[in-house]
Amino acid sequence: MNADPLNHEAANPQENLSAARQNDPVRATESRLLEIRREAETKGKVETIGVRPPGAPFPIASPETGYYGIHMLKEPQWTAEIPLYFFVGGAAGAAATIGTIADWTGFDEKVARDARWVTTLGAIASSALLISDLGRPSRFLNMLRMFKPQSPMSMGAWTLAAFGTFSGANLFAQLVQDRFGSNAVVSVLKNSSQALTMLFGLPLHNYTGVLIGATAIPVWNHNIRSLPIHFGTSGLEAGTSILELMGNLDSSALNLIGIGSCALETYEGYHLERKRDPVVNEPLKHGVSGWITRAGGVLSGPVPLALRLAALVMGGRAKNLRRAAAWSGVAGSLLTRYGWVRAGHASARDYRLPLGMKDTKVPRSLEKLQSKPKVPQVKAAV
Amino acid sequence: MSSPLIDTAPNGKHTTAFLTDSTLCIGCKACEVACKEWNGVSADGLNWSGFSYDNTGAVGHSSWRHVKFVEHAPEPGFGGNAPDVSSWTFSSDVCKHCEEAGCLEACPTGSIVRTEFGGVYVQPDICNGCAYCVVACPFGVVQKNPNEGMAFKCTFCYDRQKVGLEPACAKACPTESIKFGEIDQLKLVAQERLRELHSRGMSDANIYDPTDTSVKGIHASFIVRGDPRQYNLPPKPEVPTIYLKEGWKQAAVGAAGMVMGSLIAFAIAGRRQASTRSGDSFAQQKLGTRTMPRRRTR
Repeated sequence: MNADPLNHEAANPQENLSAARQNDPVRATESRLLEIRREAETKGKVETIGVRPPGAPFPIASPETGYYGIHMLKEPQWTAEIPLYFFVGGAAGAAATIGTIADWTGFDEKVARDARWVTTLGAIASSALLISDLGRPSRFLNMLRMFKPQSPMSMGAWTLAAFGTFSGANLFAQLVQDRFGSNAVVSVLKNSSQALTMLFGLPLHNYTGVLIGATAIPVWNHNIRSLPIHFGTSGLEAGTSILELMGNLDSSALNLIGIGSCALETYEGYHLERKRDPVVNEPLKHGVSGWITRAGGVLSGPVPLALRLAALVMGGRAKNLRRAAAWSGVAGSLLTRYGWVRAGHASARDYRLPLGMKDTKVPRSLEKLQSKPKVPQVKAAV
Repeated sequence: MSSPLIDTAPNGKHTTAFLTDSTLCIGCKACEVACKEWNGVSADGLNWSGFSYDNTGAVGHSSWRHVKFVEHAPEPGFGGNAPDVSSWTFSSDVCKHCEEAGCLEACPTGSIVRTEFGGVYVQPDICNGCAYCVVACPFGVVQKNPNEGMAFKCTFCYDRQKVGLEPACAKACPTESIKFGEIDQLKLVAQERLRELHSRGMSDANIYDPTDTSVKGIHASFIVRGDPRQYNLPPKPEVPTIYLKEGWKQAAVGAAGMVMGSLIAFAIAGRRQASTRSGDSFAQQKLGTRTMPRRRTR
C-alpha cells in the first residue's frame, strides 16, 4: 500500500466533520428516530431518508470530500538528512560571505580563518548528507550528468560541487601559507578561491528555499516569495552563530550581523503569524509541524535578538549573552528547517489543497446536506 | 477504437495517449493486474482501506494503474441506479504524462525523459533516488520505492510501444474503457463520446484535460461524470517550474542583502575598533595606507 489514506495529521477538516455530524439528517439520534416514527404515524409512510446505523461508516466521494479524503499529492520522501543539510549548507554558504568580507575589509582575520573551516567542513558534511539521502548513493555522480537550470536540485548540486571545490582550495592555500609562508602563487590561489567560494556560497545559502518552493506541495509553493529570504536569513544566523561559538564571541561585526538576521527572522515569524490564508498555512501553525516551526521561529527570532541587543548595550562584558544567543540561533535555524519540511508532509496529506478547496473551513451549507446527505468519513487525526 | 493506430503512422512514431472513459469502466481491475504482470511490479500487500472496493488507494511506485471506486450517495439517474441505491462509478487512474511535466523538469540527473511517443519515462538505470520528482508532480503520481531506491511510475509501456503494441492496461481492458491511440484522434473520439453521453441524458459527463493550466494538457485524459474532484483530479494542476522565477528573484535579493549587510556590519564594527583601539602591524601592513586596524592579533 503506497498511500496511507488513514494518515491525516494536521489540517484535517475535523471542524467540518463535527459540524456535518451535528447537522447530518441521517444521524441516528433519538430525536431523529422519534421524528421518523411520527411521520410514519401521521402519513402512513416515511418519505424522508432513514437513519444511518451508528458504527457503520459509509465513505462517500464528493466534490467536498474529494476521493474519500485520500490525499492526492505524495508526501516528500526525503530522509532527516535533508533538513539537516538545509541547515548545514545554509550556514556554510553564509559563512563564506562573512569570512570573505571579514578578510577583504581586514578587520577580523580570525573570523576569516574560522570561516574557511566552516565552509570546507560544511561542504563535506553537506555532500555526505545529500549522498546518504539518495536511494542509490553509488549513483551520486549522476547529479552532475547534466546542467539543468530549470531544476533547482540540479543547480544546487552544481553549486555545492563548486563551493566545496573552492572552499577546499581556499583552506588548502591558508594552510600552505601558514606552514611555508606566503608567495605570489599561494596568494593568488587563496584570494581567487576565496572570492569564488563566496560567489557560490551566495546561492548555496538560500537556494534551498527555491528548491522546496518550486514544488507541488501547497504550503511550500504558496510561500515561494518569502522562503528563499527566510531560509537565507536562517542560514546567515546559523553561520554567524557557529563562527561566534568558534571563539569569536567578542567580534562586534558578527553581533551586528546576528542582530540583522534575528530582526529579519522576527519579522518573518510575525509575517507568517498574521497571514490571512489559514488553510494553506495551517501546517505552519497547527500540529507537530506548527509547533516545531513556531519554536524555531522564537529561537531564531526574538530570543537571540533580545540577547544580542543586550550584549550590544553591555559591550565586551556580555560574552555569556552572546553565547546564549548563538546557541539559540543554531537551534532555531535547525528547528526552522525541520519544521518547514514537516509542514510540507502535513500539507501533502491535506486532500483539500490540490483540489482547490481553500474555503472548506466554512461549514458546508445546511441545505446541501439536507438535499444530499453526505458525511465524509475521513479518518480523523490521532 | 482500441487499435493502437501506430501501424498507420507514416514514420511509425506517433504522439500517443490514453483516454480513460470511466462511463465504460466496470471496476474489474484487469488494468492494474495487467500492468503489474507486464512490468514486473511487485505486489503491495492486502490492506483493506474501507473506501468502497478500492484497496489500492492511489497510484504510486508499486501501482501504476489504480481503479478508483467513486461511491456516491443515492443520486437518481446517476449510473442508472435505483433511487435508493448508492450510485458509483469506476475510473482507472494512471500517470497523466503531462505536456509540461513537473517531474521531468525537476529531475536533476536527466533520468526522466520524454519518449518519441510523447510519454514521460523514468530511466531506471540513471535515477539515483533523490526524490525531487516526488514533490514536483502536481498529480502525486511518481514515487520512490524505498527498497529499490529509485522513482517509479507508469512507463506508458514504452517497451510495448516500441514494437507497435498498445500498453498492457489498454490491451487487458475488457470494456475498452481504456482507449489508446494517436493523441489528436483520441481527442476527437473523446468529443464524440461526450456528445453521445450528453444525448443519452448524462449531462454531467465531462472530459478532464487541464489544457488551460501551466501543465498544458495531459496525454492521459479522462471522461468522468460529475465533478472531477471526487475522482481526485485537481481542477488546477500547476507545473512547479512556474514558481522558479519568483523564487530565484527573491534568492538574488536575499543574497544581495546578505552581502550588503555583512559589509555594513564589518564597516561599522571596524570603525568603532579603529576609534577605540590602537592599530596593529598586520592590518597596517595588509591595508597599506589605510589605518583601520584589525580587531585582534593572532
